[in-house]
Amino acid sequence: MLARAITFALVGLEPRRVEVEAHVQSGVPAFTLVGLVDRACQEAKQRVRSGIKSSELEWPGNKSTVNLAPAELKKEGSGFDLPIALALLAASGQVPRDRLAEHASYGELALDGRLRRVGGVFAVAEGARRAGLERLVCALDACAEAALAGVEPVGVRHLAEAVAYLRGELEPPEWVPSNGRARRPPLDLADVRGQERARRALELAAAGRHNMLFGGPPGIGKTMLARRLPGILPPLDDDVALEVTRIHSVAGLVDPEHPLIGYPPFRAPHHSASTAAIVGGGPKLRPGEASLAHHGVLLHDELAEFQRPALEALRQPLEDGEILVARAAGSVRFPARFQLIGTMNLCPCGARGDPGAQCSCSAQRITRYRDRLSRALLDRFDIVVTVPRPRASELQAAGGEGSDAVRTRVLSARLRLADAPPARTPAADVLLTRAVDRLRLSGRGRAKVASVARTIAALAEAGEVLPEHIAEALAYRAPPGLAT
Amino acid sequence: MTFLPKSQLPPLLRAIHDPPRRLYLRGDGGSELLALTAVAVVGARACSPYGAQVARMLGRDLAAAGVVVVSGLARGVDGEAHRGALQADGHTVAVLGCGIDRDYPAAHAGLARQICERSLIVSEYEPGVEPLAWRFPARNRIIAGLCAATIVVEARERSGSLITADFALEEGREVFAVPGEITSSLSAGTNALLRLGATPLTCGGDVLESLGIAPAAKRPETGHPLLELMPATADELARRSGLGAAELAAQLAALELDGLTSEADGIYRALAP
Repeated sequence: MLARAITFALVGLEPRRVEVEAHVQSGVPAFTLVGLVDRACQEAKQRVRSGIKSSELEWPGNKSTVNLAPAELKKEGSGFDLPIALALLAASGQVPRDRLAEHASYGELALDGRLRRVGGVFAVAEGARRAGLERLVCALDACAEAALAGVEPVGVRHLAEAVAYLRGELEPPEWVPSNGRARRPPLDLADVRGQERARRALELAAAGRHNMLFGGPPGIGKTMLARRLPGILPPLDDDVALEVTRIHSVAGLVDPEHPLIGYPPFRAPHHSASTAAIVGGGPKLRPGEASLAHHGVLLHDELAEFQRPALEALRQPLEDGEILVARAAGSVRFPARFQLIGTMNLCPCGARGDPGAQCSCSAQRITRYRDRLSRALLDRFDIVVTVPRPRASELQAAGGEGSDAVRTRVLSARLRLADAPPARTPAADVLLTRAVDRLRLSGRGRAKVASVARTIAALAEAGEVLPEHIAEALAYRAPPGLAT
Repeated sequence: MTFLPKSQLPPLLRAIHDPPRRLYLRGDGGSELLALTAVAVVGARACSPYGAQVARMLGRDLAAAGVVVVSGLARGVDGEAHRGALQADGHTVAVLGCGIDRDYPAAHAGLARQICERSLIVSEYEPGVEPLAWRFPARNRIIAGLCAATIVVEARERSGSLITADFALEEGREVFAVPGEITSSLSAGTNALLRLGATPLTCGGDVLESLGIAPAAKRPETGHPLLELMPATADELARRSGLGAAELAAQLAALELDGLTSEADGIYRALAP
């Protein structure tokens, strides 16, 4: 007897329809799994066999073959357990075949037959919807995620429940639809004392989506400030939130209770991260940190300590907003429109910029340290701020404005920038030209100043970019020692 | 590229104990530049932001008063002094410790090009000679020899700049030292010079006065209240001036454009006008 179940395999973020065909015939008992399956998938044999037996269902004791078609598509991961089990059960007459064909299914089996949630449910559910399937059989705690994609999830806790449901003997357990978005991380700008200039730069970066570099000695709160950037960014629009959720779902990072990533994500990879970990790819073609930070913030703490190739690989996404990972077998696109925030010391020993310490680095050491970042990468930071060590008296100052108030301003500036971006007045143009001459700004340097000035004008609710806006923008350009 | 034989060296240089046999010239400045009154500005390569600021300021003030600023094209103080002179549209001479055709250090190739546009690079070494360690002290005698006075901006205890000062003293030329913090090792050499009787230098005018040269007319625009509060970080300036971060940044940038302040490692310093 032949039966088939429908599921989806992920190529990058894209779901591809996979038919799980099971054929049970008489012969020497054997179980073969074919169709270009990887190791995790090959191991499904053991999980499926023990899951079926634990569910007090009958293991088809005959020669059974399962084929995952199309055979040329590589199948990875453990989400195929459930469709394989259901296809086998249908082929051996324990589940109605027609009813199985109306459902997509996705999930990993435990040895006792329980169903486990795996990454990528959202993308699989999207695939199901596009393929015209209305229901997805999945783990109960994956329901909220599946429902986001617009299919009706059938959440089950156990293989036996899935079988009972397909036989029409059981309504699937209720799941509570959650419209709650994932919570915003509770880091507030009110915790930051002093650091007026850095705060201002942070607000500008938030309003204009500018990439920003914080320089300064260790321990002065560069990282603390950077971690508070997501808190002053406006929430994501619904369609953007779904896009971000898809990426996080594939990486298995979605909160089962609040699956929708409604706020800008924040990713801070350690500086030992490999190129593949940051831009994505690797043998499994998984999205990297840059894609996980899509529409959010990618923090590179200690920028100069990152491996050079891993840093240079960021240049493409910074330019195009996506990463194209090419493999011999084909290429995959991962969206990666993130805001890059870097922090770094001003010299290898870290004492530079600290009035209380004397820097022991030679000029050559400092040059070598700063040379670890290519000009091309540094050029992509619109805002560069040196944060010196605050004096003790500043730390006694009251905490600053809270994130909520800043976020309100950021939101209105963004709307203004989108609707009617302010244009430069002739006087502002004159000042910009003078600055280009005096400060020897490159073409890109000029464009950066102009763009930051536009953000400043929008935050000031000015209809035009005035000379004072240009002047302020000039204060955030990279110091000559660092870049252009 | 041209060279001056010993007989045509500028008189001050010809007068030293061990003048070079010939002096190679590079750049559009012309050899008559070497006959003008010159002052050497030398100091540490790994200088502090303070040293860099002083060197830049001196380069600018001296060049603006028509004095030729002589230095060694090295990193740190030397480079800043050259840059200051160029900024003031004045003349500057870089004395190399290697072949005349070389830009050493390579990082200053751009600076060397700018110097050549209006001023001079000189060396006693023919093209192709390697920059070896022993040639730099020898080069320092030419720096001191070309100049009526030598200013040491920042120097550690055993610094090459002190060799330049020694040469200057031997030839009976004026030596100035810029006072520094007594706790800073970067000022140990200059403070030792002061103890030995070098003239403390507090502004470019000190040198000009001893040379009998009138300083360049002061710029009219001075006394901006922010300049009074420097050196300070942007945040300190904000607190002490009562300005918001945005307004302050705009004012600082305007001052920077006027050449009245510069920022290094997050600290704004006033530049004497």
